[in-house]
Amino acid sequence: MIAIIDYGMGNLRSVENALHRLGTEYELTADPVRLQQADRVLLPGVGHAAEAMARLQQARLTELIPNLRRPVLGICVGLQVLCRHSAEGDCDCLGVFDTFVRRFPDSDEAKVPHMGWNSIGNLDGKLFAGISGGTHVYYVHSYYPALCPDTVATTRHGDCLFSAALKYENFYATQFHPEKSGEVGERILRNFLSL
Amino acid sequence: MLTKRIIPCLDVKEGRTVKGIHFEQLTDVGDPVELGRHYARSGADELVYLDISATQQGRNTFTQLVERIADGINIPFTVGGGIGTLADAARLLDAGADKISINSAAVRQPELIDQIAGRYGSQFVVVAIDARQDESGTWHITTHGGTRSTSIELFGWAREVQERGAGEILLTSMNHDGTRSGYPIQLFAALTQSLRIPVIASGGAGSVDHIVEVLTQGHADAALAASIFHYGEATIRQVKETLAEHHVPVRL
Repeated sequence: MIAIIDYGMGNLRSVENALHRLGTEYELTADPVRLQQADRVLLPGVGHAAEAMARLQQARLTELIPNLRRPVLGICVGLQVLCRHSAEGDCDCLGVFDTFVRRFPDSDEAKVPHMGWNSIGNLDGKLFAGISGGTHVYYVHSYYPALCPDTVATTRHGDCLFSAALKYENFYATQFHPEKSGEVGERILRNFLSL
Repeated sequence: MLTKRIIPCLDVKEGRTVKGIHFEQLTDVGDPVELGRHYARSGADELVYLDISATQQGRNTFTQLVERIADGINIPFTVGGGIGTLADAARLLDAGADKISINSAAVRQPELIDQIAGRYGSQFVVVAIDARQDESGTWHITTHGGTRSTSIELFGWAREVQERGAGEILLTSMNHDGTRSGYPIQLFAALTQSLRIPVIASGGAGSVDHIVEVLTQGHADAALAASIFHYGEATIRQVKETLAEHHVPVRL
C-alpha cells in the first residue's frame, strides 16, 4: 500500500493526481498504524515549514516518521521538515537529513521565490535512474536545503548551489515538484515506487 | 539557471477550447484536456486556461473542467476568467489549479490580492494587467478586456500589486494585442527592471522572432501566446530551439 501523509498541510491533490496518472492505488492517511504498514510513504507539503512541523506534532507523527522502515519520499516542504532545522519560522525539524534549510538571498539576478524550471546535476542513485544531468524540473520555493553528505542532486539559483534532492538510508526527498515536472517527474516517481 | 518559460494560452467557452486548428495527433482539439496534453508533450512549460464563458452554467462547468485538467496534465497550469472573490480562488485551488489569474477584480478590489496571497501564498496569484498607451506616451491600465479605461498608471499599479503579494504579473499591451506586430519591447524592459517578481509577456506575438525579442531585449521571464501555436504557425519546440540559438536558457 502506498500512503500519502494527510496532515492538513496544503493541497495534496497534485500528488494524488500524479499517482493516479501512473495508475497507482494510494491512501490518504495520518493513521500511525497504516503508515507503518505502508510499502511506500509520501510526505508532500506546500506552505510554511514551521506550520508544517506544528501540524505533524498535532498529528503525533514527529516520532513515527523518522522511524519508518520502508522508503519515504518528502516533496518540497515535506523535504524541509526532514532536515535538522529551517530558517522559516526558526523551527527545529525531524533531523533525518543532516542539513539546514535557509532563505535565498534577495538578488536582482536570482529572484525569490525561485519559481520555474531549473536543471538538476550531480545525480546520484536509483531515484534518478534513466535521467541525465541537465534535465529540468519544476520548482516553487523561497527556502533551500544546504549541500550536505546526503545530497544526491544539486541545482543552482544565482550564486546559490543547493540540494535538489537528498537521500539517507530509506529516506528520499526532492525540493522540486516531481508531480509537476512533466515526464521527467513521472520517471522519478516511478523510480521511487519501484525502489 | 532558471529557464525562460513558453506558455500557450487556451480560451475555454462553455467547457470547450475556442481557438485551434486541427492537429494531426489529436482527435478532438476542442477538448481542453487533450489540447493541453498535446502542448505539454510538445514542450510547454506551463499552460494558461482562460474561461470566457458567458453563462453561469458555463462557469460552473469550468470548475469541473479544472479537475479534469489537474488529473490529466503533468505540468503547472494557471486558470483565469471571472475570478472575483476569495471563494472563487478557493474553489479553483481545491479543483487542482496551481495558480489563478485575476484582472478586473483586482482593480475593483485590490485587497483581493492580499487576501488570496495571504491565504494561499504569492505563488498562487498571477495579476493580469491590460495596459494601453495614450497619445502622451503614458501607459494606463484598462479593465474588462480592454473595453474600459481607467486613470491608473501602469508602473504604479504594477508595484502596488507586487507589494500586495502577487507572485507574477501577466502584462498585455492593448495597443499590440491581436496585431501580431510584436511586443512593446521598451515597455517590458522598463517594467521588468522596476519589479522583483516575474513578468509574463502577452499579446502581439506574430512570429518566433517577436517572442525571442521580448525574452532577450525585453527581459520578460516568460512569454504567453495563443494564435501562433493554435494555428500551427510555429511549434513550441521551434520557438525554444530559436531561443537556445540566441543563448537563452530554455527547457528542451
